Amino acid sequence: MTETEKKQDFTDRIWDFFCSLKLTIILLLLLAVTSIIGTIIPQNSSAAEYIRLYGQSNYELFTRLQFTEMYSSTWFVALLALFCVNLICCSIKHFPRTWKFFKEPAHIATPGLLKNSSNKLEISTEESPEVVVDRVKDTLDKHFTKTVRSDANGKIYLFAQKGIYSRLGSYMTHLSIIVILVGAIIGNVFGFRAYVTIPEGGSVTHVITRDGSRNIDLGFEVRCDNFDVKFYPNTRRPMEYASDLVVLREGVEVYEKRIVVNDPLFFDGIIFYQSSYGPAGDAIITFNVTDNQNGEIREFSAPLNNRVQLPDGFSAIVTDYTDDDRNFGPAMRLHVINPEGVRQNPIVVWQNFPEFDVRRGDKFSFAMLGFKQPYFTGLQVAKDPGVNIVWAGCILLIIGPFIAFFMSHKRIWACIEQDGNATKVQLAGNAHRNQPGFALAFDDLMQKVELAIKNQSPTKEG
Amino acid sequence: MEPVKLLFALTTVSYLVAGVLYLTAMIGKREGAGQLGRWVLLVGIVIHAGVFAVRHTMVLGTPVTSLHESLSFFAWCLVLLFLLLDLRFRLSVMGAFAAPVATGLMMFSAFSPDVVVPLNPVLRSWLFPLHISFAFLGNAAFALSFGAGVMYLIQDRMLKSKRFNRLYRMLPSIDVLDRVNYTCLSVGFPFMTLGIISGAAWANLAWGSYWSWDPKETWALITWLLYAALLHGRLTVGWRGRRAAFFSTVAFMFLLFSFLGVSLLFDGYHTFEVFSMP
Repeated sequence: MTETEKKQDFTDRIWDFFCSLKLTIILLLLLAVTSIIGTIIPQNSSAAEYIRLYGQSNYELFTRLQFTEMYSSTWFVALLALFCVNLICCSIKHFPRTWKFFKEPAHIATPGLLKNSSNKLEISTEESPEVVVDRVKDTLDKHFTKTVRSDANGKIYLFAQKGIYSRLGSYMTHLSIIVILVGAIIGNVFGFRAYVTIPEGGSVTHVITRDGSRNIDLGFEVRCDNFDVKFYPNTRRPMEYASDLVVLREGVEVYEKRIVVNDPLFFDGIIFYQSSYGPAGDAIITFNVTDNQNGEIREFSAPLNNRVQLPDGFSAIVTDYTDDDRNFGPAMRLHVINPEGVRQNPIVVWQNFPEFDVRRGDKFSFAMLGFKQPYFTGLQVAKDPGVNIVWAGCILLIIGPFIAFFMSHKRIWACIEQDGNATKVQLAGNAHRNQPGFALAFDDLMQKVELAIKNQSPTKEG
Repeated sequence: MEPVKLLFALTTVSYLVAGVLYLTAMIGKREGAGQLGRWVLLVGIVIHAGVFAVRHTMVLGTPVTSLHESLSFFAWCLVLLFLLLDLRFRLSVMGAFAAPVATGLMMFSAFSPDVVVPLNPVLRSWLFPLHISFAFLGNAAFALSFGAGVMYLIQDRMLKSKRFNRLYRMLPSIDVLDRVNYTCLSVGFPFMTLGIISGAAWANLAWGSYWSWDPKETWALITWLLYAALLHGRLTVGWRGRRAAFFSTVAFMFLLFSFLGVSLLFDGYHTFEVFSMP
């Protein structure tokens, strides 16, 4: 063996390795099995957490094997890359053969095909070849699809095919995987994912990415004017929550939207998703104070544990509140502080029963008007310039396997020749998938062809 | 009895009766029983749809969030898919597999805690019913392919050992079983793909990331990769018969784990509501 032959042999073997379907199956299985690791070992946790769960030595092993962030580990990404190379090589290897069906359709059936096909028909008839050809052609045109006629070797050949595009289904599927991965890479490199909280009335111009690595300037300002949460009746389970967001550029309001879960705000390629919420500081409680000596009523609003000044040197402080006290509805607890600075016994006031506190008969009586809990809204912020590429890939991934599994390339050939005084007609057909289904359709079609050749119209029943 | 419980019980009884009829058809070789079984299943699936309609009004959304509801929905999808496949194959034997499995799922469902939980806001999305329908129809198709696979392995074993008992004569030929196995795989795979993609689209709408390696996502991907390997084996390497049947039973074990195991054992978006309640 010469040096170049050896080299040729070596590159051939490399090529065969990357084209091999065994490699495809092994890679699919490897990707499946290794993916399990990341569902058992928590991902992207702190070192302390891993050491607590698995001990120091296991933790070191995990970091060396990159098990703590395995889906972005070198070896997992390498497996994915190898998988892509395999897909591409397989497609390159097999595509020329598929392309031949498009470029050079087999218009002329070989004798072998006519003889050995599992779907075939052979008839002899007294009619002249030209008449027979027309009859067969008409039947196929009408009940199958347009036929192509070619004359060769003193015989007349007919050819018809359907669903040739189904041969592209597997290529489409393979392409879809590559497209999705390309979209994912673009999203990872040029996009970001962040989380930000904005208290009602507050605004942000920067967000910090979820992994904490980057502080991103949005290029505009986002303000949360208001946050609302609606609960299911008689529960604390949120039914829906919403934030009124306003986008400002150089202080000017340019866009606003009320976002809810599953309905985000899009602006300038950046998307804000309603994700969570929480209390921002203490509630502000509003209540009326009646001075029972002169009947004068004054309204106060104060945060929890903040003293409010009442007439004649008295003051009051709300120390607790609830939205439901023993099924009596919202209530608050307050203390009156006398001019000497002594805090008196607590008083409970229910919002739904404002007349109750009057009966106490003290200098002041209180009526609760309501409370407002200020919230912050929690937003996922994402920019993903690759996401539409991913969706394009997904559409291919839906169409590709569908075509590959459920459609087939069906071909029918006919050969008509003079055979002594008679005319010999041979027909054959095949499908590259779902042969049993095709066999039935072929038999049905052949009955029609036979009747047409004998110049009988199919007997109509029913 | 509450109306919804009554409908649930009626559904279970229908599936049970259909199962008995299909088994009679298989053991006694009585095709008539199989045809009756088909009608009983059809009645059952309609009543079952009523169960979901009632529950829909109770939770004001898609009522498939607890283990109880998921198992029952799985049963519904299994029966639906079987009836559709039955249009093409007319195999009572597959009914003798599908109807008893559906009955079992309903019983399992009946014993799981049935708490009506108002929907978490994320679940109030039009993508939710779409996502679960695709995913469970995929699961159902794979369950049927598993059934055909197991029958194939039984037939194959008897052929190899040349011991032909009554069971051998009851089951269809291995060629038919192999074809049913493939047809179910080729139906299940696109459904599962649609299930994963609709889930990704929904996650992207709700959280701004279409893929986050949540345990359910990952296990769905693992199962998808296994079935992709199996289909490549069948379509291009030429796996047929025993190897393909065996592989489809193994892949189904992974699928079962990703349906039940992941929701019960791991924390994530797909943890059943009842179990995550404080």
